[in-house]
Order: sequence, then structure tokens, then C-alpha cells
Amino acid sequence: MMAIPDPDLAVNLCGVRLPSPVLVASGCFGFGREMAAYMDLGELGAVVTKSVSLQARLGRPTPRMAETPAGMLNAIGLQNPGVEAFCTTELPFLAEAGARVVASIVGRNAEEFGRVAERLNGEDTVKLLEVNLSCPNVDHRGEVFATSPKTAASVIRAVKAVAGQPVLAKLTADVTDLVAVARAVVDAGADGLTLINTLLGMAVDVRRRRPKLAAVTGGLSGPAIRPLAVRCVWQVAKALPGVPIVGTGGITSADDAAEFLLVGATAVAVGTGNFLSPRLPLEVTEGLRRYLAEQGVATVAELPALFKAER
Amino acid sequence: MTNDGDGPGLQLAEVIGHHRAGVYHTLTLAASEIARQARPGQFVGLLSGPERAYLLRRPFSIHRVDWRGAGSGSVEVVFDVVGPGTRALGWLKPHDTVDVVGPLGRPFTLPDEPASCLLVGGGYGSAPLFFLADQLRSRGCRIDFIVGAATDERLFKALEARRLGRTTVVTTDDGSAGRRGIVTDAMPEVLQAARSELVYACGPMAMLAAVSQVAATAGVPCQVAVEELMACGTGICYSCVVPMTEPGGEVRMARSCVEGPVLDGAQVAWAELGLSGGLGGGPGYPGSLAEEVVGG
Repeated sequence: MMAIPDPDLAVNLCGVRLPSPVLVASGCFGFGREMAAYMDLGELGAVVTKSVSLQARLGRPTPRMAETPAGMLNAIGLQNPGVEAFCTTELPFLAEAGARVVASIVGRNAEEFGRVAERLNGEDTVKLLEVNLSCPNVDHRGEVFATSPKTAASVIRAVKAVAGQPVLAKLTADVTDLVAVARAVVDAGADGLTLINTLLGMAVDVRRRRPKLAAVTGGLSGPAIRPLAVRCVWQVAKALPGVPIVGTGGITSADDAAEFLLVGATAVAVGTGNFLSPRLPLEVTEGLRRYLAEQGVATVAELPALFKAER
Repeated sequence: MTNDGDGPGLQLAEVIGHHRAGVYHTLTLAASEIARQARPGQFVGLLSGPERAYLLRRPFSIHRVDWRGAGSGSVEVVFDVVGPGTRALGWLKPHDTVDVVGPLGRPFTLPDEPASCLLVGGGYGSAPLFFLADQLRSRGCRIDFIVGAATDERLFKALEARRLGRTTVVTTDDGSAGRRGIVTDAMPEVLQAARSELVYACGPMAMLAAVSQVAATAGVPCQVAVEELMACGTGICYSCVVPMTEPGGEVRMARSCVEGPVLDGAQVAWAELGLSGGLGGGPGYPGSLAEEVVGG
């Protein structure tokens, strides 16, 4: 094995060239503004924004988070300023900062998703859309569109009809047959997938005999869910070869990121890790560069082909 | 530091002191850049131990800073061992290192002219009020203190408060030190005697609601440093929001890590938090949310 002095980290995600495969996950980086104090946002593969909806949302009451073993639960409830304020206030900042933007969009029904996508059509800073079909912090499970192949597909069709950018569908692992949902959204026109969203969880304050979160349940994230997320990426990549996947779930190191890339992810997103350390995604990026050099791999895109599926 | 100009930064800081203050711990960290920039009311996020059994950074308000020029500054924080994060901090010895982000958040606003200031603290929530008191005194302000806790042993540096304040009232829920009662019991008489022009408060949310109510009744502006559960401390997770009433009357969720922790007590929508702002509920120091938030 030859050490490679300067491996190439660039990837092509649904036709968009990104200088690094390390993104930051939606809901785990705000709209990027606060993190510009710690890093050059242009060094990230892309900034996946907090989900934006047609109208502003206040979100849930507090407590909104609870720490759990190797992870955390959150029930933020999609607090965001609405797509119009996002375009006029947040996007110009991100453009100025040199960030490539993946806009995460959310809606209460297919029509709302379509209207948000339509508003973003023509915004040059937005390179891709990520359709959040799987936020667990909604009023009822019917709003977790990715629990049904049919409703997930209907949302993707509504978005694709008006979108000006390639579309990623963000799915949940809280389903019996993830591959069926993935296939349905790809058939409906999704250009790629983001796997996985947080998992619906719950924690109880036993002394006060009540849920730790005001919303009772919340999304579980962090290293605790990484093996599950890696399994999902591996399963879907095998079933749908050639479909770009952004792998996310509990990444806090370059080795964690490499797991996702080896099993078939085109790119990865650091989520909860941003809360631990504001420079973590750049540390993961540098670590990946060292990993590729050590492994004698010239480009990050080669990794899936080098994975030995049988032990 | 990772950034060139002013603003929060990330660094490994050496522990230069670890002491006990009653049941609490005080930890002094060599962090000159944070010390140079820090203002009273701001906080730092600490992460100790790469093999730690817990995930998230813990927020602590800055108790004191010592800045004597480039490369020789320190910041001091106070904590109570209540969970895995503070247990790990409790093990730190001089020369150990701890990962620090800061200074974070919006500080207390100081008066432009000398003013009479009432400082109200609950439990070790009073920690940032000592940093504030130093700066107010250097501006020629009069300071009066009210410090309270559930019991004598839960009071934080009551003696030092007595030294700094023109007058100081100590209250405990059980009467084991000072007056039996809660901090707001003493507020009307101190506000009147000291002709207080500004109130600064830090402690559990229920106490801050009650202090804001008393200050509003007396027509005195009140700044409160709030404590909400935080995952990041840097503005990106949206966990630590506090409902604020806008001038138009609508409610907005403000992140206490970037728009706070210091907020205008009159604008916090206490009723949305289930806190009427009245005096009936008491400050709730024992087992209060604040202990889990700052301490966990």
C-alpha cells in the first residue's frame, strides 16, 4: 500500500461538485451564522440548513433536550423564521461567507413542501434541496411522511415539479422496510437520499415521575445511533446502487465518517457533533484526509469500491 | 484561539486552581483570551475527558476573571457535582487540561453613570454577580446584595457578598442562616432603603420570575441571567429558548445562549413558562432546574 501525499476529498453529489464530503446536518448548525466565528464556512462540503417552512414556526416549549447515554433527545419542533425570511436574511449571509448551501425544507403537506421549493427555485446560493420527510417532532405521525412509501413519494413529486435544484430525500429508520421507502422516493424523482434522521425516543425523569421533554417524545441523535445509521446506509446502497447517499448519525471523528463512506455514502453530515465542539466538522475533514493518505486511497469517491463486504 | 478578532473561541485550558467553596467547587482556568474578552453575565462551555461517559459540553457562568495582560489571564467558574459532567470536572487537578469555548452569550448591561444597583442571587447562581459587582464598583456604583438559598450550606460566598455590598441580606428557606424566607421577601425594603435604580439577578427561573415581578412593581429595570437546558451553548441547537414578549405583544422564542443569558426581566414571558411571576411559588432552589442545567 502506497501512502498518498495529498488525497482528493472532492465529491460529486447529485451533479454538484463539493470540495469535501463532510457536510453539517440539518438542525445541528442553525443557519450557519453563529459558526462563522469558529471557521471558514467555505471549508465545509456544504451547510445543510435548519429546516425552513412556508410560515415561521415558534417550535416547542422547553425543556427541548435531554442528554441520554452517548446521545441526546431533542424536541425543538422545527423553530424557523419561514422561507421568505430565510431567503432575505440567512441566504445573503451564507453567500457572503462562501458557503455552499443545502436548504432543508419542511411542510405540513405535499403542497406546502412544493411552495417552499418553488420559493427557493432561482436562489443561486442553494445548491441542493433536502426534503425533510422524517422530523419526529411534529403533531402527529402522519406528518412523518417517510413512514409511508406512498406519502413520501407524493411529497417528492410535488417538490420535483417545481424545484430548481437537485433533491435529496431525508428518511427515517423508524420503519419496517427502509428500502421500500427509499425506492419509492427515488422512483418519484429524488436525486439522492439523506440517511438517517433522529429516531423517536423518550426519557423519563423518575424523581418527578414525568417525561424529561416538554413534548414527551423527541428525536434521538449522537453516537448511540451510529451503528443503526451505518446499517441503513449499507442496506440502501446495496439495494439501490448508483443513488447518492448522504450518511448521517453520530459522527464525531474521521473514522466514524469513513464507516459511512465505505458502506456506500457519497458524503457524510456531522450533526450532534457540532454541539460538542464547534470545529468538529473540520477536524473530521482533516482526519479523513489523513485516513485516505494512510490507506493509500487517492480519492474519497473510491472508498465504497474498496469495502470488503465479507469479513 | 481559533479566531483572530474578538468573539468566542475554542481552546484547551490548563487548570490552575480547584477549590471548594462550601458544598460547591471553584475551578480556575488559564485562558487569557477568554479572560480579556469576558464581560459579567457571559459563560463558557466546558468539556472534560476524552473518554468521558457523557456527551455534551456543560455551560458555566463566569464567576471571576483575572487579566493582567496577554498570556496571563484566567477565568473562574463555580459548579456543584450533580451529574456525570460535573463529576468529571470535580476530578480535575492543577495542570490538567479542559476544553473551553467562550466567552459566550450576551453580558449584563452596565450603567453609564454611577447608579445604585441591587444584586439578587440564588444558590450558586449568584456566581456571576461577583464579577458584576467588581465592575460596578469600579464605575462608582452603590451595590446592595440579597443572596438566598435553601439552606445555609447551599449559600454561595455569603461572606464575600457582605464585604462587597453596602448592605447585604441573606435568606434561607429553613432559616439556617440569615432570615428565614426567600430573596423576594427582602426586596421591597432594600429597593426602598437603597433607592435602587437597577436590579441584576441570577438563579433559578422561578426566582428570576419573582424578582422580575417585584422589580416591575417598584418600577426598577431588572436584568436577569437565565438558565435553560443547553446542548451546544453556541446558538445552533435551539434547545435553550426562552419565550420573550415583543413590543407588539406576540411571543418569540429567544435562544438564551446567544440573545441571553442576560435578558430584560420585563420582557420574558414568564407565564408561558408556567411561572406567574408572583410571589406564591417561591424560588424553588432545592432540586431546581438550574442545578441540573448548570450542574449536570
